[in-house]
Amino acid sequence: MNIPPELKYTQNDEWMRVEGNIGTVGITDFAQEQLSDIVFVEIIAAEGETLKQGDSCATVESVKAAADVYMPAGGKIVAVNDELPDKPELINTDPYGVAWLVKLEIGEASELNKLLDAAAYIEHCAARQG
Amino acid sequence: MMYTPHTDADREAMLRTIGVKNIADLFQDVPAAHRFPELALPSAMTEMEILAELQALAWANDTARELICFLGAGAYNHYIPAAVDAILRRGEFYTAYTPYQPEISQGTLQAIFEYQSLIAGLTGMEVCNASHYDGATAVAEAVNMSHHHFRGKRPKVVLSPAVHPQYRDTVRTYTQDSDVVLVGDQGEVDPTANPQALLPLLDDTTSLVVVQYPDFFGRVFDYTDLAKAVHQAGGLLCVAVNPLALGLLKPPGEFGADIVTGEGQPLGIPLSYGGPYLGLFATRQEYVRRMAGRLVGETVDNRGQRAYVLTLTAREQHIRRERATSNICTNQGLMVLAATVYLSLLGKHGLRQVAELCYHKAHYAALRIASLRGYSLWSNEPFFNEFALRCPRPIDEVNDFLLDQGILGGYALGRDYPDFEKVMLLAVTEMNSKEDIDALVDVLREVSHA
Repeated sequence: MNIPPELKYTQNDEWMRVEGNIGTVGITDFAQEQLSDIVFVEIIAAEGETLKQGDSCATVESVKAAADVYMPAGGKIVAVNDELPDKPELINTDPYGVAWLVKLEIGEASELNKLLDAAAYIEHCAARQG
Repeated sequence: MMYTPHTDADREAMLRTIGVKNIADLFQDVPAAHRFPELALPSAMTEMEILAELQALAWANDTARELICFLGAGAYNHYIPAAVDAILRRGEFYTAYTPYQPEISQGTLQAIFEYQSLIAGLTGMEVCNASHYDGATAVAEAVNMSHHHFRGKRPKVVLSPAVHPQYRDTVRTYTQDSDVVLVGDQGEVDPTANPQALLPLLDDTTSLVVVQYPDFFGRVFDYTDLAKAVHQAGGLLCVAVNPLALGLLKPPGEFGADIVTGEGQPLGIPLSYGGPYLGLFATRQEYVRRMAGRLVGETVDNRGQRAYVLTLTAREQHIRRERATSNICTNQGLMVLAATVYLSLLGKHGLRQVAELCYHKAHYAALRIASLRGYSLWSNEPFFNEFALRCPRPIDEVNDFLLDQGILGGYALGRDYPDFEKVMLLAVTEMNSKEDIDALVDVLREVSHA
């Protein structure tokens, strides 16, 4: 399982790449593996919209489940991956790369303290795999 | 399939888990006096005795089979070919539900798939679900769907006052604790007006406009302009149909409907005291993920053979829980089958023929009755098989007169619309012969003179 060390994670299996005050959000390798073949992605968040930490920004549907994707941090949405809904399977093949979902201007840097680092997230995944 | 109930050991374990000694303890909150009330039941009877008693009760009914029926208002007395019942009652089909292990029942799934295809074709829509309970709940699900589609950001739903009063009641039941705001039937719009009257209610908070086709008063409007206006305002249009009328009328998909719901009862389902009926629900492909209910798809199995599956189930509440459009994912499997067999037996031409018979007989009746002194048609709009009639006397009196002559009269519109005193809604179907209609005309003439 791929858990890049430079990213921040949530308990709910979102990842965020922080570059300056811009955060890029997607779902983790663990999440895509649990969901299996992803057949549908809908990005609910719209560019220019301001969302709070924990707000739903997208829905991901696989052959066996549907899951909501929540904002790892609050802020203004500055970009939405418009190409992903046409190729939802990219989440299975490249969850940390081309399959990002939204980019945001991080509102409160202090919210990042609540996120997990890679080591903590690895533990979180291991605990659930039992 | 095996049905495995809980064992005593299972029950013990469950009680232990929640910290209760025995099952009776679960009812502690009900005051003791009300826990096991004495029921005033007569003593037991033999099978023979009870059958006689029930038979006597049943004989007290006057049924649509014995009377000449002109009552409609949402449920219609049509002929049901014997083959419908014969197929319906086959053991392999005789269940009201989609089975819990659905793919094991290929025949049931195939019947639902055929039904979906037939209704999609009839309504001019791209996708149709495996049905809802009835015409009323189907409209309520349309309200649910549009509310979810706009993520609650467009709380307003416009209900035409000419939509069936019970459908509107059901929508209110479904939405009572949500933030959906229902307008249009609260006196803002004159029920006698044409669809243009709904336009001032449209704005950028409107998610859905619901109209009926033909409407509750039997009128047939062209909703093309309404559909355009609704779409311009960014909302969706739901058209509740009588599917039998679509044998003759332009399908709503052709004039811009986004959702078509309907009461499927006219398609081979008996009146039976108001149910079970069949809720039709069809929409456009782009909204399929917001659609409630089950959906059967066609695929191929690992041997390349045609096979049927439940598809897009991730929409449904057993997977999506609180995020699903609706928490109802049951359907009317047996009624779906009845409608499928009915439509298959009639075919395209047969359906059109039944619709034409209804249309022509209703127009013959309307023409003759309107020429009687004291009677007039309430509307000049085109109609299908039902029309509102102004009568010279209160409708209850007219209906008593008719019933004395073995005729089941029309629906008293004053029950739902206070301004409609002395207005009766009359339905005519292929079941009414010319002699029946002439008998109706004769009695109505007498009523006027009496």
